[in-house]
Amino acid sequence: MFLAYGAKDVLKGAVMEKSIKKYWPVFVAPTLVAFTIGFIWPFIWGIYLSFTKFQTLKKITWVGFDNYIRVFQDSTFVHAFVFTTLFTIVSTLTINVLAFLIATLLTRGIKGTNAFRTIFFMPNLIGGIVLGYIWQSLLNGLLYKFGMPLLGLSTTEGFWGLVILMGWQQIGYMMIIYIAGLQNVSPDLIEAAQIDGATRWQVLKHVKIPMVMPSITICMFLTLTNSFKLFDQNLSLTGGDPAKSTQMLALNIYETYYMRSGQQWKGIGQAKAVVFFLIVVIISMVQLRTTKKREVQA
Amino acid sequence: MKKLAKCLALTAAAATVMSSAAMAEGVYYLNFKPEANDAWQALAAAYTEETGVPVTVVTAASGEYETTLQAEMAKSDAPTLFQVNGPVGLKNWVDYCYDLSGSAIEEKLTSDAFELKTEDDAVAGIAYVIESYGIIANKTLLEKAGYTVDDIQSFDDLKAVADDIQARKDELGVKGAFASTGMDGSSDWRFKTHLANLPIYYEYQADGISDTDAIKGDYLDNYKAVFDLYITDSTCDPSELAAKTGDDARNEFLNGEAVFYQNGSWEYSNLAEQFSDDEIAMIPIYFGVDDAAEGLCTGTENFWCVNAEASEEDIEATLAFIDWVVSSETGTKAMAEDMGFVIPFTTAQESPNVFVKQDAEYTANGKTPVSWNFTTMPSEEWKNGVGSALTAYAAGQSDWDAVVTAFVDGWAEEVALNQ
Amino acid sequence: MDKSVAVGKSMGEKKKIANTIMTVVFSILSVLWIYPIIMILFNSLKVESAISTNRIFELPIGDAFNGIKNFVYGISEMDFLSSFWYSLFITVSSVVLIILCCSMCAWYICRVNSKAAKAIYYLCVFSMVVPFQMVMFTLSKTADTLKLNTPYDICIIYLGFGAGLAVFMFTGFMKSIPLEIEEAAMIDGCSPLQIFFKVVMPITKPTTISTAILETMWVWNDYLLPTLVLDIKNYRTIPMNIQYFRGSFGSVQMGPMMACILITVLPIIILYLICQKYIIEGVVAGAVKG
Repeated sequence: MFLAYGAKDVLKGAVMEKSIKKYWPVFVAPTLVAFTIGFIWPFIWGIYLSFTKFQTLKKITWVGFDNYIRVFQDSTFVHAFVFTTLFTIVSTLTINVLAFLIATLLTRGIKGTNAFRTIFFMPNLIGGIVLGYIWQSLLNGLLYKFGMPLLGLSTTEGFWGLVILMGWQQIGYMMIIYIAGLQNVSPDLIEAAQIDGATRWQVLKHVKIPMVMPSITICMFLTLTNSFKLFDQNLSLTGGDPAKSTQMLALNIYETYYMRSGQQWKGIGQAKAVVFFLIVVIISMVQLRTTKKREVQA
Repeated sequence: MKKLAKCLALTAAAATVMSSAAMAEGVYYLNFKPEANDAWQALAAAYTEETGVPVTVVTAASGEYETTLQAEMAKSDAPTLFQVNGPVGLKNWVDYCYDLSGSAIEEKLTSDAFELKTEDDAVAGIAYVIESYGIIANKTLLEKAGYTVDDIQSFDDLKAVADDIQARKDELGVKGAFASTGMDGSSDWRFKTHLANLPIYYEYQADGISDTDAIKGDYLDNYKAVFDLYITDSTCDPSELAAKTGDDARNEFLNGEAVFYQNGSWEYSNLAEQFSDDEIAMIPIYFGVDDAAEGLCTGTENFWCVNAEASEEDIEATLAFIDWVVSSETGTKAMAEDMGFVIPFTTAQESPNVFVKQDAEYTANGKTPVSWNFTTMPSEEWKNGVGSALTAYAAGQSDWDAVVTAFVDGWAEEVALNQ
Repeated sequence: MDKSVAVGKSMGEKKKIANTIMTVVFSILSVLWIYPIIMILFNSLKVESAISTNRIFELPIGDAFNGIKNFVYGISEMDFLSSFWYSLFITVSSVVLIILCCSMCAWYICRVNSKAAKAIYYLCVFSMVVPFQMVMFTLSKTADTLKLNTPYDICIIYLGFGAGLAVFMFTGFMKSIPLEIEEAAMIDGCSPLQIFFKVVMPITKPTTISTAILETMWVWNDYLLPTLVLDIKNYRTIPMNIQYFRGSFGSVQMGPMMACILITVLPIIILYLICQKYIIEGVVAGAVKG
């Protein structure tokens, strides 16, 4: 009986699979064609071009690994890498800590909770270019009031300016995810812990945080990749000033590609992009693996 | 929802077909001069009306010409007419420049000094405008302070006058002697490029050269003296300069808040709305080297190039267009009056631009015009480096040595990188 | 017993007071949070000279007040309305196309057990981590060659580059749909297309909404892709236009720029306030699946 049912089920599944398969030109082809145009082909071509010298594709010369060697000789690229890494660490931490804190406070049934959530989430809808210009005016105004050098003059200020800007944009988004995670923690569990005499801190550490670990994973992943790949905000807030010291990787690549004139630069820019891509892949993999592990342990 | 999706998909498909059918050939000019954008658009429309040939003019945002050019030249529908700033700029685009030898426009040039030649002696670019820059002075305010333009014959005179005006600024009702030395991207080229031309010019003069792989920076002390004067006798605190824009400086001058304003003949049309020709004058940027002989900085960094990759018809159309611009009544009038240009063509009309007339007077009085040597600066990157160092110096963030480093070492580094 | 009630009561009161304090604190924080937007509003109503660094915090009153001139100038001079239309059209067409095509593709991946289907899935996941700079030049060149460079067909590029995330999210959800429902429909004689639109799509609604929101936020605010891909001779989207304000015509026109920023931001905020319930749910759903 069981066997028969199972066999029938498989059979039915197979029939359906077969009929769907026939429809592939409708289901898969449009996406596949666009995906090839918009991703696969440009990606492969991009890897090829990173080994060449070209200006407008009229004349492409194979140069082997020369571009890659020049990438690592380029001090602006190395600096951009260090700056980006530092920025990513600081902004990931501040955003997640603050978002989590606000989320815990907003799941306590405070009056006006909904309004606060709405407001905190709002900046997320504004685009990076616009955000950068808004904050440039605001921060410059503030710095001027306190008699400090303006944004374009100080690397430290540029750094913290970017951190504040990213925080303003992303805290609301991460907060929403954390709130959803916290709401899934059953009140019984917390009550049980409290009856056992656990302090607030202990409840947070041993009950709440492990229970919202999936949310932490996703939030960490999102903030990490967003910060690392940041471009628009960087371009409009500091533009890399002073003297490229607040330039992040994405902007560095863009500038190498389009602002430098000279035959060799496009190939170097493309090689930088490949290196950048590899770094992003490594970071995403390491991050996902470590937090996933912690999730399992919890 | 589904219906909406279908409708949209259909519209999109229809639009694709339509837009590809409407692709028009013709002239595509990537314009470098943002201040002349309106005039170019009008001129292009006039040409199309007269001849039926479509002309598209796109103006790159200030400071983004190279970026836009790089992106646009890679497209299939690339600009047919673009510009380079001189020998250094030409190096990057020489493969894309149509040889203009024997073209109608080349024959109308007043001198072959305005041709940009390649190593093979092909004419890759043609200068289409001659400009001058210096320190623009508000004569009315200067007289109110008890001086005339003739009192300023050297750097020391300039400094004495400016210091005096600065000391009595409240009495005179101005905010400062010089309009703000804005270091925002819309204004910093006045200092990192135009003012930086003077130390290069005098070094080249002393060494008898016209280009170099390694600048020595012999005249950087004079550069510092002028820059210090600008930021000290200024309308605003030096710490504010980083965010000051080109508009800010112009508005200060227009509102009579500043007496002096370093800029060029291209500003004439903006200033003429407010001042009569008698109220403004341009004086040389006296540099303390050879002030008795120094005239205005006069030259060009605007060379037209025709894209050799364009189709034969488009090249012909482009050549016809530029020839029309520099020789027809409408074209020359627009160049002279609307854009305030002096063009180096036999067919040119006289420009009403008062600064241009003053340049001629200086030359007639035996002064030597300072040539434009910033076309030999190694790259945009170098200019940005000097600009950043100047900004930091102005705000008291770093000392002058950083500017010297960016100027001298930066030059050598960029030359090496571009080899 | 009396005592414990008293304790309970004072605890409750304490909590009440704490909550009131929190409400006050959060209210202040909220005002600070939206201050940047209010600042834009104020500055968009001021004259140019009153927007400079030292006067940015001044209110639009007295000399500084400029009425709606900045709005008029920004809209007319910079051709803002056509930018608005291009941005709107690009966003709507791209998002609709992405949702439609990627959900279909995802269903195929879920229901067909073949190597090709798996390969497509992994490629999609892979594409999610690739930074745009990696393909910016080659993608714009490809789009140019295929003439996908107008607002009316750039949606194909967006479908291609945005497919990864959408396919990933749809597959994640569709895997959990029990086969039985679809089989029942098949036995009733539905074709795969009918099954998809009549059975699968309605169930997938939450994921559809969250994907649509994520893609909308991306496309509407995207700057670099349209800058490099679109034919700049004829078309400029809103982010491109705002960036152009900074450098165009040798000067920065802060007033009109502020006005245009405000016109750009307002519709999104209004839209958000109207359907915030879906947006917030969508974000959560998307995060949980991801």
